[in-house]
Amino acid sequence: MALRVRDLTLGYDRHPAVHHLDLELAEGSLTAIVGPNGAGKSTFLKGVMGELPPLEGKIERGAARVAYLPQLSEVDRSFPLSVKAFVAMGLWHRTGAFGGLSRADLSRVGEALAAVGLTGFERRPISALSGGQVQRVMFARLLLQDADLILLDEPFTALDAKTAADLLAVVQRWHGEGRTVLAVLHDIEAVRRHFPETLLLAREKVAHGATDTVLTAENLFRARQMSEAFDDDANVCARPAEQPAKRGAA
Amino acid sequence: MSWLIDPFADFAFMQRALLGCLAISLGATPVGVFLLLRQMSLTGDAMAHAILPGAAVGYLVAGLNLGAMTIGGVAAGLVVAVLTGAVARFTALREDASLAAFYLISLALGVLLVSLKGSNVDLMHVLFGTVLALDDAALTLLCAIATVTLVALALVYRPLVLECADPRFLRSVSRWSGPVHFLFLGLVVLNLVAGFQALGTLMAVGIMILPAAAARFWATSIGGMLAVAACVAAISSVAGLLASYHAGLPSGPAIILAAGTLYLLSLVFGPSGSLAARFWPRAHLEA
Repeated sequence: MALRVRDLTLGYDRHPAVHHLDLELAEGSLTAIVGPNGAGKSTFLKGVMGELPPLEGKIERGAARVAYLPQLSEVDRSFPLSVKAFVAMGLWHRTGAFGGLSRADLSRVGEALAAVGLTGFERRPISALSGGQVQRVMFARLLLQDADLILLDEPFTALDAKTAADLLAVVQRWHGEGRTVLAVLHDIEAVRRHFPETLLLAREKVAHGATDTVLTAENLFRARQMSEAFDDDANVCARPAEQPAKRGAA
Repeated sequence: MSWLIDPFADFAFMQRALLGCLAISLGATPVGVFLLLRQMSLTGDAMAHAILPGAAVGYLVAGLNLGAMTIGGVAAGLVVAVLTGAVARFTALREDASLAAFYLISLALGVLLVSLKGSNVDLMHVLFGTVLALDDAALTLLCAIATVTLVALALVYRPLVLECADPRFLRSVSRWSGPVHFLFLGLVVLNLVAGFQALGTLMAVGIMILPAAAARFWATSIGGMLAVAACVAAISSVAGLLASYHAGLPSGPAIILAAGTLYLLSLVFGPSGSLAARFWPRAHLEA
């Protein structure tokens, strides 16, 4: 099991963004997370990465190494780094804080750049890249991370068709290598074509399973009914916890 | 050339001042480069205010005693750095607001303590630096701090660069983010304390930030910026000390103004991102 989530509630200021979610991802699965804006998709990935402590419930990561591409990355693109130096960060698990890059590591960097179509960009400063090239660089770094579980938050948003297709090929390569991939996506047609499994999320789990059984008109309609508003006077959630977990701030 | 060599050849106090300033140039400027790259340039200024009361309290307790003032300055600076970092990491307040809050508290506390003991001319001397009267202990301290800084930066170079360029990625692959941030703030405090021995607490920030800001217009890599910044600081030290010697100017401000002059020249004429590049562009390339 690459990821097991039990009765997970994540949120901000006691308001749940992900509510009582149960989920199991098999090793090697390729899953899309689909849902309206505000459905808790990014929050869920943050929770899996440990950036946001659960208000309730449990997250068990079976994967040894997890790689994460956030939607709003905090990369300082004016920072004076070359593409090569930036992508080589993905080798952290080999170099650690102090180790040097071996000849083999440098050729890995070259291969990763080739895989995303950026051969010859090694010495280019990251400040000189276009939006699509930045996303290619991010994927090259993900490739080097050699992770068992890969979390992608809207990886193809704002990309042209060619770039999106190239990067989708990288995702399919990971799938072929038996890695577990979980990607937040908005393009329902692309999900139907390329992602075998789907989690439809609208704060709560609407459906999870084979994509064509999940993305039915009825399920999508239910997901759209989700209310986005915070209710400041909402009652404390009374749903019984599966196990006697601590009750967050409630 | 004698005006260039003689002051340093003839007078021991000028040699000591030069050695002290070169030590600061080596230690403080890389810290300044990383402050600049982290968009924390004003942090140095705030930190200088935060350590000032600590140094003043050390002075009031033990008189003109290097050890007491150093310990006081480092202690005040580290307390503010740790509180600032902790509040920024565990609450909704951003680092800049958190730092502003704590350094203002620290400064007010310092001013209160100083005024209780009455004003003191020597104290002003301390706060504005004594580069022409560095004794052996002060020189040893300056060189030790420069050494510790360079070794520490060399060791944590990779996590520090990552923490500046993509902190979220660093958090996703290691636990270094917090430690490297606090270690870096510790180096900022140490180098400001080193700087105030020679240049005074307020001028110390200048030798940290001005060379780094000048270097941004010359170099497009981190290594290049570090090298240019150290050279700018060293040249400013020599030029400032000479101006101070020949024209009878106070040495601290003379050194910082020399650095400021180099900054302004870089701002106008530097090859990368300067005013010249903006307003007198060279012909564009084909691809």
